[in-house]
Amino acid sequence: MFFLNHIWLIPLFPAFGAAMMFFFGRRLQKATVSAVCVGVVVLAFLFACFTVVEYTHFAHGTGRPFEKIVYTWLGSGDGHLNFVKRDGRLASFNADAGFLLDPLSSIWLLFVTGVGMVIHIYSVGYMAHEGGYYRFFGYMNLFMFTMLLLILANNYMLLFVGWEGVGLCSYLLIGFYFHRKSASDAASKAFIVNRIGDAGFILGALALSWYLGSFRFIDINALAHSGHFAIGDPVLTAAALLLFVGACGKSAQIPLYVWLPDAMEGPTPVSALIHAATMVTAGVYMVARSNAVYMLAPTAMKTVAIIGALTAVFAASIALVQNDIKRVLAYSTISQLGYMFLALGVGAFAAGVFHVFTHAFFKALLFLGAGSVIHAMSGEQDMRYMGDLRGRISTTYKTMLIGTLAIAGIPPLAGFFSKDEILWQAWRSAEGGFPYLWLIGFGTALMTAFYMARLIFLTFWGQPRMSHEVEHHVHESPKSMTGPLVVLAIGSVCAGWLGVPASFGGRNVFGKFLEPVFAQEVAASVAPREPAGEEHRGLEWTLMVLSVGAAVVGGGWAHHYYAKAGKDYPEPIAVDAPPLYTVLYNKYFVDEAYDYVFTGRRKIGDVRLGAMGAGQASSWFDAKIIDGTVNDVGWVTRAVATLSTWWDKWIIDGLGVNGPAILARMMSYPARLFEWGLVQWYALVMIAGLLGFGVYYVWK
Amino acid sequence: MAEITTLHYLVVAAALFVLGVIGVLTRRNVVIVLMSIELILNAVNLNLVAFSRMWGNLHGQVFAIFITVDAAAEAAVGLGILISFFRNKETINVDEIDLLKW
Repeated sequence: MFFLNHIWLIPLFPAFGAAMMFFFGRRLQKATVSAVCVGVVVLAFLFACFTVVEYTHFAHGTGRPFEKIVYTWLGSGDGHLNFVKRDGRLASFNADAGFLLDPLSSIWLLFVTGVGMVIHIYSVGYMAHEGGYYRFFGYMNLFMFTMLLLILANNYMLLFVGWEGVGLCSYLLIGFYFHRKSASDAASKAFIVNRIGDAGFILGALALSWYLGSFRFIDINALAHSGHFAIGDPVLTAAALLLFVGACGKSAQIPLYVWLPDAMEGPTPVSALIHAATMVTAGVYMVARSNAVYMLAPTAMKTVAIIGALTAVFAASIALVQNDIKRVLAYSTISQLGYMFLALGVGAFAAGVFHVFTHAFFKALLFLGAGSVIHAMSGEQDMRYMGDLRGRISTTYKTMLIGTLAIAGIPPLAGFFSKDEILWQAWRSAEGGFPYLWLIGFGTALMTAFYMARLIFLTFWGQPRMSHEVEHHVHESPKSMTGPLVVLAIGSVCAGWLGVPASFGGRNVFGKFLEPVFAQEVAASVAPREPAGEEHRGLEWTLMVLSVGAAVVGGGWAHHYYAKAGKDYPEPIAVDAPPLYTVLYNKYFVDEAYDYVFTGRRKIGDVRLGAMGAGQASSWFDAKIIDGTVNDVGWVTRAVATLSTWWDKWIIDGLGVNGPAILARMMSYPARLFEWGLVQWYALVMIAGLLGFGVYYVWK
Repeated sequence: MAEITTLHYLVVAAALFVLGVIGVLTRRNVVIVLMSIELILNAVNLNLVAFSRMWGNLHGQVFAIFITVDAAAEAAVGLGILISFFRNKETINVDEIDLLKW
């Protein structure tokens, strides 16, 4: 149990490498940097292998998860906070630094460390002549650390730490050549679009925690399986959809895929590791991890499947006409991720995970091979200026050919088994409806074969279309680069054999291993329409033949157009349907649309367009009209006050109070005339009065 | 020669009284006004003594002495006022005593 108990060491190995690079990297020799950074990843991989072996003994096929809490963050004792929620339950917040190992994370652990190790070895050769060597490996190790945190986390919060961390490393590595504006813009775009997804993720995780009382996967799975919640529960559906928004951002689905093609600005090993094999699968991992929740939310699953299918066909269509070798592979990645989500959405979780596993091998292979081609072509990435390389860089050619066959789904290579399983499940599922999802997948497979074959033919076959200078320098890559290619090629061939389904006579080791994780896989809402039995074995074979046929047809078609491509070869779509070509070549103008609607950079005069323009309009409305009304009300109040004051001053005070006073004063004027102050006058008046009395009495 | 009856005395007293009143009302000099007031008082005295002779008792004469004492006090006060007034206004012209004029 040593390795299991020290599972927390696995992420720490690359973290150590990153820390070393951070503190001492500048002063170290390239050889030291390589030794340290590649070494820690190798260590992590070996450790991971032993850990998984130990885990299989631990679990004995039951798939019970192994959990190791390293540090308890919040909560007292059993993780409960000391306050009571409205419904009387005790609030709980379980977000420890804990590690969880079960079949799902074991698979991820193995291929992340394995493919990561291979790519690190490759990078030693690829980045040998580049500046910032230690920085590159420091970031790569940091990425491995955060990715491992993500997949080994036992709760949504720690997963989110890893989630954000890989987003950060993606930013750092895409913008590795930061003095190129296009690169730094692409890095910002990746991070920002990712962040939009993260908002959804956070809301979803919080909704789950609020509703179910915990962030911990074990708790959530237990609650979801307990039968306490109805299928179609609105809060769970909302949470599932929100989590999926996060997955769209991280795993480049519609509408948040726009960052991935631009991410090709980064060095090719980065594209291979992060944007093909590992980081972009984080969304798939998260949805697979939350499968218990998704099974209770058929609406959410339907959404996942539809978006996955649409993304698959959408991206494949764009890849048909791209000229940059890495762009083709980028759109191919988006398309294959769509397949994975399609699988998850129809309830075939094991098939989706299987495709992640096989895809990691052949996509990493294809990217590293492309890197090898670019290296041979002295930095040229545009396939229009390649050609006839198969004799000159034969190892690269052969391995890339294997990768292409794998992705196209030619048996018995890896891609065939995983892709076919997905298509079969898509047909079978209740979500398949009138098997339109299968049809979309089938069309995508056809396109995949076409554009990948086109890539091979334009790059390696036909006439040499490069400048003489470049042609002169074409050389095969060093062993440090071709070695990994060979390893991955072997993987691309063999990896599929782990998941050969029963109908082909295989044991489906892969599916059986994952069974405990997806125990409720066949829930009522997504039960297959046809009963199991002999008749569906025939259907499965038919569909398989159809998809292999599609691959062959697609490849043959491409051969027809591109195998002998000379200078200024014609693009068939451009010739036959120019407007369609324009639309596809410009990626359906989605980036331009986003620019108009969301960024607020476009203005008419002073007025912004799009969402920012709406904000500008609202703020104008608020300032002018609403505040204006408030100001007017204030003015009216003041006017009334003025009126009131005038009334009080002139009418009340004037007439009421001062009036009588003035009247009194008016009356005093005549009265005053009698007051001369002369004594004799007073005496006269007295005498007059006396006389008056006297006369009166005499007359009486 | 007719008998000098009480009536004669009354007429003389009345004449003195009226003269006194006219003096009080018309003279400008404050001292003359005061003298006129004395004249009025003496006219009243004469009246009282005449009636005392008529009735044959001394009531009238006693009252006349009262009045005389009173007149003396009053003259003293009046002169005091006059002097105080003169100190303020430097004149004894009664027309100029109009400080209470509006």
